[in-house]
Amino acid sequence: MVHEWALAEAIVKRLEEVAREAPVSSAVIAVGELQGVDIEILTFALNELKKSTKLESSLLLIEKEPAELECSTCEYRWEFGSSGLSEEEREAIHYVPELAHAFIRCPRCGSPDFRIVRGRGVWIKDVKLGG
Amino acid sequence: MDPRAAIVDERLKGVARVVLVCSGKGGVGKSLVASLSSLLAAREGLRVGLLDIDFHGPSCHTILGASGVKPVEERGLTPPVVAGVKLMSLNFFAEGQPLPLRGEEVTDALLELLAVTIWGNLDVLFIDSPPGTGEEVLDTLRLTKRAEALVVTTPSRLSLATVSRLVKLLRELRTPVLGLVENFGYGSDAVRRSAEEWGVRYLGWLPYYPELEEVIGQPDKLVRTPVALHLREALRAAQLI
Ligand SMILES: Nc1ncnc2c1ncn2[C@@H]1O[C@H](COP(=O)(O)OP(=O)(O)O)[C@@H](O)[C@H]1O
Ligand SMILES: [Mg+2]
Ligand SMILES: [Zn+2]
Repeated sequence: MVHEWALAEAIVKRLEEVAREAPVSSAVIAVGELQGVDIEILTFALNELKKSTKLESSLLLIEKEPAELECSTCEYRWEFGSSGLSEEEREAIHYVPELAHAFIRCPRCGSPDFRIVRGRGVWIKDVKLGG
Repeated sequence: MDPRAAIVDERLKGVARVVLVCSGKGGVGKSLVASLSSLLAAREGLRVGLLDIDFHGPSCHTILGASGVKPVEERGLTPPVVAGVKLMSLNFFAEGQPLPLRGEEVTDALLELLAVTIWGNLDVLFIDSPPGTGEEVLDTLRLTKRAEALVVTTPSRLSLATVSRLVKLLRELRTPVLGLVENFGYGSDAVRRSAEEWGVRYLGWLPYYPELEEVIGQPDKLVRTPVALHLREALRAAQLI
């Protein structure tokens, strides 16, 4: 999967916008489990893409976040485990996490109407400015 | 901070025009107009993309007859080319499964699609919208920043009443309106007069063609229907082709 490169590109673009205002010393990038992002590839891509940008010397830290889902029908909460999903289904969720609704059901009542409480995708959780 | 919005401009950098096909009303022919416009524009030699954002009822893949194709991953997702049109739809992944998305999830899914799809250079990107003026329409206008609206209506008063509100909304959002296409039409005065009243261009009417159902999924035949002949004139009037 090389979608990690697209994600890395988006992260670097956004942080470059921040760095235009003030130098970014470090940033924490949270990676939700649901999207099944390959942390190694993401780290590599981030380090490649930040070269020759204002982020060259910024420290980019990656933090994994487990995914938790909550049924809107019966309020049951459960931890997402990618086990039980086919390779294709996992790949689809990797591109667009909302596709989870097509493949995952509430383990208690079978409803596809659930909420992704946390651990959906990739976002920038914290940015530290300064030299 | 959400990193995705920052990349949307980059993804649409090579796209000359973004055309949102919308109506506010369902069943008026938005998907047909979006898909057929894409086919016609491609046959005029334009580089065309088609994005289906009707997540609850995607139709473009059926109208174009896309089968056995999928987006290819290459530092993003490259849409498959179907009958000369680069087509992107969640249906490539959901494959007929229901997708019960709620408000914020619709926004998320749209943002993800816009952030990940590699369109390359396009003369025009058509976007097929669901009925209503919910997240799909509002977020597309917000995120693409420069979409122009192609508004579809039928001569029915029910449709015109809904479309009238849509046109007002588009005006308040400062979205340029390319014009009004009358589907299931017969060139009645009602739509023409409404267009005049709202200050939008009347682009023409598409006849009801009972045999259309038989050529859904067959691009070569679709472009030779009377509906296509009329739509071509409407697209010319809108200077889209
Ligand atoms: N001019 C037409 N003649 C015959 N059938 C049409 C015409 N326009 C649309 N249809 C059919 O009407 C139905 C609704 O059209 P569709 O494009 O799906 O509407 P929407 O996207 O606005 O909900 C579809 O089955 C479509 O094939
Ligand atoms: Mg439709
Ligand atoms: Zn449940």
